[in-house]
Amino acid sequence: MIEKTDVIIIGAGPVGLFSIFELGLLNISCHVIDNLDKPGGQCAELYPEKPIYDIPSRISITGQELTDDLLSQVKPFKPVYHLSQQVEKIAKLDSNDWLVETSMNKSIQAKCIVIAAGAGSFVPRKIPLKNINHLEEKNIIYAVRDKSILEDKEILILGGGDSALDWTNELSKVANVTLMHRRKEFKASPDTVSKMFQLQTDKKINFFLGQIENIEDLNNGKINVITKNNNETKSFEVDFLLPFFGLKMELGPIANWGLNLEENLIKVDTEKFETSVPSIFAIGDINTYPGKLKLILSGFHESALMAQQCFKYCFPDKKNIFRYTTSSKDLHKKLTSL
Amino acid sequence: MKITVTDRDGNKKILEGDTNNTLMEIIRDENLEIEAACGGCCACATCHVYVDDKWIDKLEPKDDDEESMLDQAFYVKKNSRLSCQIQLSEDLDGLELELAPE
Repeated sequence: MIEKTDVIIIGAGPVGLFSIFELGLLNISCHVIDNLDKPGGQCAELYPEKPIYDIPSRISITGQELTDDLLSQVKPFKPVYHLSQQVEKIAKLDSNDWLVETSMNKSIQAKCIVIAAGAGSFVPRKIPLKNINHLEEKNIIYAVRDKSILEDKEILILGGGDSALDWTNELSKVANVTLMHRRKEFKASPDTVSKMFQLQTDKKINFFLGQIENIEDLNNGKINVITKNNNETKSFEVDFLLPFFGLKMELGPIANWGLNLEENLIKVDTEKFETSVPSIFAIGDINTYPGKLKLILSGFHESALMAQQCFKYCFPDKKNIFRYTTSSKDLHKKLTSL
Repeated sequence: MKITVTDRDGNKKILEGDTNNTLMEIIRDENLEIEAACGGCCACATCHVYVDDKWIDKLEPKDDDEESMLDQAFYVKKNSRLSCQIQLSEDLDGLELELAPE
């Protein structure tokens, strides 16, 4: 089934969210796609508790508060969110509309695409070793999808956050688990940490201090993971390595859409914030133009101008008469519809 | 104030520091290969550097936030720091450091 909307926004960070508002004022409907399982982008994922001081009129606001307030602000426009998925493919239809396909096999059709993807999608941070690509998904698993393949196996888990500890505790029930972290302190919920230490005391898991140095393919389905703690080297022959080093951002499939790029940023004009491909826009941290500043503030401005041009694509026969939210009765009705 | 940075290819570059800035900001604005994805709020570990041993004790020590964030970096050493957490000061004139591998 193909879902239809006016504009598809890629990225549910602050700039993507505010675009819903600016487009909504012009009667343009939106679907929003994001790889994270929640809206907010970097603000919600990287610094939900940290203060931002340069949002006009907000003396100080945390990343999460900004996200929550934006979600409330755009609610009257009834956006549709498609979370935990990435846009994989875009194609131009005969009707001149775009067809967007996501990693969860959703197809959405729209007149315009707005890329508000920040520094790209959040993906697991991978071990920076060469020649281990072929081991990914085979021996090295960054995101556990099927727990059953891990049963009764030798598993080495790396990391000191909640993911590493949750999986250590969970998999200790069904597999031989070793946890390795660079220090004795963990950045995880105290319950999870004490549970892990209890499992260690009960000899249900092993815990070692150290960091990964190298990985060798033993060509028998197993790998040898070489680790180091200060000057002491230790090797682990295991079936699976589960590294949990948090998330990083990657441009991903957007790089292959034929847009003019400059050092992994999308080039746009500063009148419409349109890319080199008509009806595809790029706003926020992901775009570049002379004088660009990576500020949320700038992204908000860019979204307002982008919306003006989207109107022309969405309603080619209509005249866009400029209105203020303060004085337009029609806009009042929309904004207070909830 | 001057800061000497060794990049990942081993090339040394002398940067002009400013006490209003963090070390990361100076390195990033010279277009050296540092990602600094989160913009300096100690939330990503992509501004990891090794501070020269003779300077490491002259820096303000790491706080818990920085130490936790280093858990997401690779090849962490005793002299590992996140450069966004180092506020430059006149005492650090001559600081030497190396960019950690990606």
